[in-house]
Amino acid sequence: MSAAYPREVGAKEAEALHAQLDATWRTGTGFWDRLATVDHKIVGRRYIVTGFVFFVLAGILAVLMRLQLATPQSGLISADRYNQIFSMHGTTMMFLFAVPIMEAMGVYLVPLMCGTRNIAYPRLNAYSYWVYLFGGVMIWVAFLLNVGPETGWFSYVPLAGPEFSPGKRTDFWAQMITFTEVSALAVAAELIATILKQRAPGMTLARMPLFLWSILVTSVMILFAMPAVMLASSFLISDRLIGTHFYNPAEGGDPLLWQHLFWFFGHPEVYIIFVPALGMVSSIVATFAQRTIFAYPAMVMALIGNGLLAFGLWVHHMFATGLPRLGNSFYTSASMTIALPAGVQIFCWIATLWDGKPRFKAPLLFVLGFVVIFVLGGLTGVMLASVPLDLQLHDTYFVVAHFHYVLIGGAVFPLFGGFYYWFPKITGRMLSEKAGAWNFWLFFVGFNVAFFPMHILGLIGMPRRVYTYPAGLGWELWNRISTLGGLVIVVSVLIFIGNVTVSLRRGALAGDNPWDAATLEWATTSPPPSYNFAHIPVVTTREALWSEDRPVMEGLKSESREVLCTSVLDAEPDMRHASPKPSLWPLFTALATSAMFIGSIFHEWALVWGSLPIVVGLIGWLWPTTPPKRQLEAAT
Amino acid sequence: MRRAAAWLAMGMAGLALAACSGAQDSLNPAGDQAAHTQDVWRLMLIVCGAMYVLVMAFLGWALWRARRALDGPPLEDAVKSSADAPMRNALVGWTALIILGLGVLAVGSFLVDRSLARADTKDALHIKITGNQWWWQVEYQDPDPSRQFTTANELHLPANRPAILELAAQDVIHSFWIPNLAGKEDLIPGRTNWLTLNPRRIGVYRGQCAEFCGLQHAQMALDATVEDPQAFEAWRQAQLKPAPPPSNDAQVRGQGVFINGACGSCHEIAGSDAHGRTGPDLTHLASRRKLAAGALPVGRDGLIAWLHDPQAIKPGNHMPLVHMSDQDLNDLVAYLQSLS
Repeated sequence: MSAAYPREVGAKEAEALHAQLDATWRTGTGFWDRLATVDHKIVGRRYIVTGFVFFVLAGILAVLMRLQLATPQSGLISADRYNQIFSMHGTTMMFLFAVPIMEAMGVYLVPLMCGTRNIAYPRLNAYSYWVYLFGGVMIWVAFLLNVGPETGWFSYVPLAGPEFSPGKRTDFWAQMITFTEVSALAVAAELIATILKQRAPGMTLARMPLFLWSILVTSVMILFAMPAVMLASSFLISDRLIGTHFYNPAEGGDPLLWQHLFWFFGHPEVYIIFVPALGMVSSIVATFAQRTIFAYPAMVMALIGNGLLAFGLWVHHMFATGLPRLGNSFYTSASMTIALPAGVQIFCWIATLWDGKPRFKAPLLFVLGFVVIFVLGGLTGVMLASVPLDLQLHDTYFVVAHFHYVLIGGAVFPLFGGFYYWFPKITGRMLSEKAGAWNFWLFFVGFNVAFFPMHILGLIGMPRRVYTYPAGLGWELWNRISTLGGLVIVVSVLIFIGNVTVSLRRGALAGDNPWDAATLEWATTSPPPSYNFAHIPVVTTREALWSEDRPVMEGLKSESREVLCTSVLDAEPDMRHASPKPSLWPLFTALATSAMFIGSIFHEWALVWGSLPIVVGLIGWLWPTTPPKRQLEAAT
Repeated sequence: MRRAAAWLAMGMAGLALAACSGAQDSLNPAGDQAAHTQDVWRLMLIVCGAMYVLVMAFLGWALWRARRALDGPPLEDAVKSSADAPMRNALVGWTALIILGLGVLAVGSFLVDRSLARADTKDALHIKITGNQWWWQVEYQDPDPSRQFTTANELHLPANRPAILELAAQDVIHSFWIPNLAGKEDLIPGRTNWLTLNPRRIGVYRGQCAEFCGLQHAQMALDATVEDPQAFEAWRQAQLKPAPPPSNDAQVRGQGVFINGACGSCHEIAGSDAHGRTGPDLTHLASRRKLAAGALPVGRDGLIAWLHDPQAIKPGNHMPLVHMSDQDLNDLVAYLQSLS
């Protein structure tokens, strides 16, 4: 039940078609060609690598913090530096690593999994990457120049307001938020459009792989969550730069407004990171168990349930702020309820393994680690939903332990599993299994050694976000153990980087479908050609590649860029749609956008003058070069 | 699998070990609020622990079964399985179990929360606590103004008498947290929050700010001494008095340094001419255990170190470095040590 879709009838004809399609879709090798590319695979690869670089940078900051906390009253890092370091660690991990890399996996995989030739709005995609890159570089340059954020990734006002955080540090932070909002919203729109309108014919919603469902749910969540933080950070910027008083209680503003807006975004944010990981887990479990995921409808409902419930929990970050008790109890119940969809999904994956013939390769190892770690993190989350208990544990190391179990266990482990799983597709070569096993076991052990003791530290009174602590409160030993665990994780990540470096050149050749997987990204070569699919696959079952019946569709032009649009529910062929050519305008517009954002940190008029080049960029970007070629025709 | 179980066991052992130590420890309750919360913790640990064991057992079984299946014949059909029906029933059962477990936890949590809301407040002591970057102002309130007094970074509470804390903030958000007594409550500029304490067990407990409040958030601690009512009353009577006048030459000179130098513009010493309001009240400084919100012990060495360079001890705090001669420093410390 493997083998890809037939790519062509005769060798010669196939060659000719390939040459034609490649000429149409190829990204040139020149410097400007590379900058102008709109190929989702190239942009996605850049996104993934950039996100991983930020993961490593934020990880280095984590190690610095652990070294500081290994002993009480350590003099290694000053208070000021430490506060910047933990602020940058959280900011980088959440805004520059976790969300972008999940979207990046979507950018790379979704069009392939949908069986289409490029992502929807490919120029917007290129633009979003540049904006993300420039925003990330800006905040890191600021940090290295000692103007990094200092008020945490959550930047509570009034601490982050003009009175108590003078200088430019918090302005850089707030503008970094603006950069990530713009790029995340852009990617969310592209992914939603791609999934809803560019699925292969026959891939009805009920046949959609769970990874696509998870990306769809995530992207819709981004659309609803990001505007809240956009509002919050815009208010903050205007309080800081032009003297408004949104958060100033002395002038009728309210510091709690920030917390409501921030957590209305911030809680869904956690699920925005975590839901794509669920999709990766489903992909890996199905492939390595060689078995369709148990109870697919329940899984889809659970994903959607996750997405909806995530918006009803934000107040559990605010139990200590003195809100009405009855309201708090509502959020207790809502927060506990989210354990239900999570519990259902865990059951279904285990049931799938139970009934399958699992092959214990690196991707599956990471998924098993995910189950062991994430379930524990979920259960401590249930504990934190209780108002009385949360009032003890809130803002202690217990919470630090909890969300690292949820985010590293729930998102980073599946992500590493995903790296091992899709690396062959992206590069054409396999990662070393042996190094993968070392990578996994060191990560798993190191993670638990580093983070389990933090539960205990929180219970015995150690608060978060402290650069130092006194001796004699019983915290020394657990802190030292935790630091040791952190160093083990470092070794594990170094092994991964080594594995990637070596395998890129010397890994075993992968072939089209090395894992015998069922989804469409494996129906083309590894790495995929510039046009993804010579013929658009037609899907007849949920496990497309495990089916004997694998028709393809013809009729898309090969001499110009066209993608097939299908109907939203049933994926019936709808129309052929011209897909934009490479262009330097998205890069220019991203540069102009960045100049405006960064300029506005220093002067409010930059918003006005800075918007003019953006307009120029958009005009160039959207300039009609060819007459629109929309033809309504069923193309099969 | 086994590793996870071992971790869990080790964690439990750690928790048990930790449960009988600290002066800043939520598992070592000395008041009703912390004790009730510990009940919730125990309930959570049992229910969530059982769920965790269940999931791990299912995972272990699945892997064990699957490993055996590896030697068997290949799967005939990846899509359909004879196990679907029993598994579907199991899924329904599992869902019901989750709902039941969550129900127990939600109700348990709600009941405890309600009992906390109905805490005994008869004959309660009223104390206003104001958070500042990075110290606590503590005002014991009384309908009779002559029985009001102000102190800083310490709390004395009579055992078995409720205390109602009024929580306010001067600058940014802080959070009041003495884990042995109760959960935390934020101090928010422009708002007033309330926290009731019912301390039971005599002892000295440590609390510290639990909401990140800037540069020296880590060094914003306070002490809570729970004592028997007579000891508390004696302490209160002492606090109500103005500071004792200087009793020897060094102390007289020290008072001069305090009032004529920079100190008096920020700090109050009742009974002297120092009436500054921006820093902590120092009227009975020598009766406290700690200096600068827990940064140093009160005592000659601590005072000298602090006055020599407050910015070295607690970088960024709002007390400036005041240059003075060794003679002045010694006199000042002698005076401060007389403020019992």
